[in-house]
Amino acid sequence: MIGAALLTLIAAATLPAAHWLSGAHWTWRAPRTGILLWQALGLAWGVASIGALLAVGLLPYRSGIAGGLADLVTGDGVGLNLFDGVAVAAGLGLGAFLLTLLLYAVHGVGSARRRHRAVLALVARDSGVRGTVVLDHPAAAAYCVPGVRSAKVVVSAGTLELLDQAELAAVLAHERAHVRERHDLVLLPFTSLPRIGLVARCLDAVELLIEMRADDRARLHRSPRELATALLRFAAARPAAAPSGALSAGGGQVLLRVRRLLEPVPPRAYSQVGTVAVAGIIAIVPLLLYVLPR
Amino acid sequence: MKGLGELERSVMEVLWARPDAATARDVSRALADDRDLAHTTVMTVLDRLAKKGFLQRERDGRAWRYHPVASKEDYVAELMLGALDLTGDRDAALAHFARSVSGDEAELLRQVLAELEPPG
Repeated sequence: MIGAALLTLIAAATLPAAHWLSGAHWTWRAPRTGILLWQALGLAWGVASIGALLAVGLLPYRSGIAGGLADLVTGDGVGLNLFDGVAVAAGLGLGAFLLTLLLYAVHGVGSARRRHRAVLALVARDSGVRGTVVLDHPAAAAYCVPGVRSAKVVVSAGTLELLDQAELAAVLAHERAHVRERHDLVLLPFTSLPRIGLVARCLDAVELLIEMRADDRARLHRSPRELATALLRFAAARPAAAPSGALSAGGGQVLLRVRRLLEPVPPRAYSQVGTVAVAGIIAIVPLLLYVLPR
Repeated sequence: MKGLGELERSVMEVLWARPDAATARDVSRALADDRDLAHTTVMTVLDRLAKKGFLQRERDGRAWRYHPVASKEDYVAELMLGALDLTGDRDAALAHFARSVSGDEAELLRQVLAELEPPG
C-alpha cells in the first residue's frame, strides 16, 4: 500500500516539478548539474508512472511490485480482479511503449546520422583541423555529427567568411564540447517523446542547458567574448527562411547565452552539491520502491 | 596509399565532372593521371557507391555505365537544410551552434553585436 501510494505521489509530482524546472533560471549557473537534475526527473517520471500502475494492480498479493510480479507469474494471475489486471497490463504496456519510443528514436537518429556521414564523406573538404570538415555553401552553419570514433564538426564556407580566426576557434571548441560530453545521448530520451506541451517546454529547457554547458567548456580555453561575438554574428546572419513563429525561440536563447558569457554568475558550491544529492534521491527512490515488500 | 573513403570521393568527383554516364574503364583512365590504381579497385568502389545509393548504373554491352543520382550541389544543399534546421524535424542527429531566428531578432542581435564591438 505504501509503495503504491508513494509511487503514485512521485509520478504525479514529477509533472509540476518539470513545469517548475522548465521555467527555472538558477540552473543556468551550473548547467551540468541542471542537466543531471533533468535526467533524474525524467527517469523518475517513467519509473514511477510504470511502478504506480503495477503497484496498484498487484495490491491483492500484498508483496510489493517485485514480489507481486513473481506471484503473478507463479500464480497465473489468480487473485486479481479485472481492475487489477487492467492496471498491471497498463503498467507493463506503458513500459513497453516508452522503451519502443526510445528504440525508435535511437534507430531514427542512427540512420539519419549514417546517411549524413556518408554524404559528408563525399562532398565535404578537409579543414586542416583534425575532426573538422568544411561544406562549400555560402550560408552560415556550424554543427557536429556525434559518434563514438567518427564524430565530425562541420562548418560551412559561409561560416569561415563570417567569423575571424579567434571566433571560429571558439565555435569549434563549443562544438567539440558537445561531442566530448555526448550531449546527443543526453537529449535522446527526451526527443523520443512527442515534442508537444510540457514535453516541448522541458526539451527547450534541456537544450538550452546543453548549449550553456558547451559554452562553459569552450570558455575554459577561449575567451568568452570571442564566443559571444561569434554567437551574435552567427545567429544574426541566418534569419529563418520560413516565417514560422515556432523557429523564432532562437533569438532569445542567443541573447541569454551572450549575457551569460559576458557577465558570468559563478555557481555556489553548496547549491551544486545539493542539486546533485536531490537528483540522486529523485532517481533512486522510485527504483527502491519497486523492491519494497509492501 | 589513400583510404577507401578518399577513393570514393575521387570517383564521385570524376563522375560529377562528366556530362554523361561512365564505365569503370573511363573512371580508371580519368584517375590514372594522379594515381596508380588497379582497375578492379575502381570497379569495387563504383559498386560500393551504387549500393549506397549515390550512383545509378545501366548495362551497356558487357560493361556497366555509372552516373551520379544527384549533383554535388544537391548533396551539399541536403546537408545544409538539415544543418539550418529547415527540414522541420529537429532531431538529435545533429547539434547546432545556434538556432534560426526571426528577421526582427536578427536586427536586435546585430545591435547588441555593434555595442560589443569597439568602434572603428
